[in-house]
Amino acid sequence: MNVTRGFAGRPRVRNDGLPPGQYDAGDDWPVLSAEVTPELAPAEWTFTVDGLVAEPRTWTWDEAHALPPSAYEGDIHCVTSWSKFGVRFSGVSLDAFLGPVRPSAEATHAVAYSHTGYTTNLPLADLTGGRAWIVWEYGDEPLPAEHGGPARLLVPHLYFWKSAKWIAGIRLLDHDEPGFWEQNGYHHRGNPWEEQRYSGD
Amino acid sequence: MPGRIAVSTRAAATWQRATLTEIRRETPYAATFRFAVPDWAGHLPGQHLMLRLRAQDGYVAQRHYSIASPPDDSGHIELTLDHVDDGEVSGWFHTVAKPGDEVELRGPLSGFFAWPGDRPALLIGAGSGVVPLMSMVRHHRASGLTVPLRLLVSARGPEELIYASEYGPETTTVFTRTAPEGVAVGRVSAAHVAGLLADGPDGGWEAYVCGSNGFAEHASRLLVDAGQPVDRIRIERFG
Ligand SMILES: Cc1cc2nc3c(=O)[nH]c(=O)nc-3n(C[C@H](O)[C@H](O)[C@H](O)COP(=O)(O)OP(=O)(O)OC[C@H]3O[C@@H](n4cnc5c(N)ncnc54)[C@H](O)[C@@H]3O)c2cc1C
Repeated sequence: MNVTRGFAGRPRVRNDGLPPGQYDAGDDWPVLSAEVTPELAPAEWTFTVDGLVAEPRTWTWDEAHALPPSAYEGDIHCVTSWSKFGVRFSGVSLDAFLGPVRPSAEATHAVAYSHTGYTTNLPLADLTGGRAWIVWEYGDEPLPAEHGGPARLLVPHLYFWKSAKWIAGIRLLDHDEPGFWEQNGYHHRGNPWEEQRYSGD
Repeated sequence: MPGRIAVSTRAAATWQRATLTEIRRETPYAATFRFAVPDWAGHLPGQHLMLRLRAQDGYVAQRHYSIASPPDDSGHIELTLDHVDDGEVSGWFHTVAKPGDEVELRGPLSGFFAWPGDRPALLIGAGSGVVPLMSMVRHHRASGLTVPLRLLVSARGPEELIYASEYGPETTTVFTRTAPEGVAVGRVSAAHVAGLLADGPDGGWEAYVCGSNGFAEHASRLLVDAGQPVDRIRIERFG
């Protein structure tokens, strides 16, 4: 790749936490969603796990809040190039929802879908083992609607479009099924450290 | 959510060289940058691309920009950039770039916000959010389309209105801070949106909203309140 004439970039400190091609957004938290922010009250929110499972199940807001709490503290990375360091989200580990439904042995992938019809696909392995959450608090405040409140999926080790806002459920499948952005040319997995932005990366 | 338009994943995956051929000032804060991109795969109005600049030490900055030009087969595309205070990439464009410079880009990306010119379109943009919408307006004109098209564009004042000389009867301008004598100052309002919806074609509009997040929230809320179905509102947020 060629050097751009006269481009030095902003003075920067070396930051090992920054995946390739990303910049530190600092206190900013850009909103990137292609749809109208829904007005979804916690009382209307539900979360369902179904598909290749022994016992499909739906949790209400109160039922989900009765599960053991779990928080994520760390970094997040958006495919549009910003990263945000040291954020804290609280909610429940996805393992707490997946345990009781008993996923079938054939389940290899999942489609996460929102109350607005947004979808995104993930390998099941990216959702288990304490690597994914359903979260409803950012810092110590309720998650703002424009950032996916009342509750969103959080899969911080992948680009943030995988962390579906206004999460409604997860369907387990025995194959990969591209979601909204993936059908729009984005990468199927979206690992920021490998710069898996667009299909073909 | 609204459906999508299939896009070439190969074009999206490949970085190409683009040579800056012309810079046109639009306003004191915005300029249009024209590039020769010989292998450009073509695009639909409304699509964006990713652009990257590389420093001597290997540091890379990449940002998304909407394509301002309509589809054309001359191997050229245009971007219009606001000069963001302390902006790393827009700063380079506004203070360093000159014709002959090379940058790299990949795209076009995402068919979601694209408008092929098939359905009546109601376009609402603010500031540089008008960029992808202008690609649609230009396409509409260049191709002599008769499908209804309306543009509602908001700017702080007349001197900050990008593409001011290009608007025609399809466009309503709204000024939020300063306006010419006799013209009201204010935000895009329920009345503007109600008027455009009332004046809509049979079957209604496909709505395209583009701008800062604050503007996108405001405008999309007005549309929903005025009865526009949520699954016929597409939003592009510049952050
Ligand atoms: C789909 C899409 C399409 C877009 N289309 C357009 C378009 O057509 N035209 C357009 O003008 N823009 C567009 N944008 C916005 C564009 O991508 C950039 O965000 C914009 O140009 C600013 O980039 P920058 O490098 O100049 O500013 P940045 O360097 O990213 O700075 C942005 C702001 O953050 C502050 N900042 C960031 N990092 C630091 C730091 N380390 N230290 C201090 N301050 C910092 C800066 O002071 C500044 O106020 C689009 C965005 C998206 C997502």
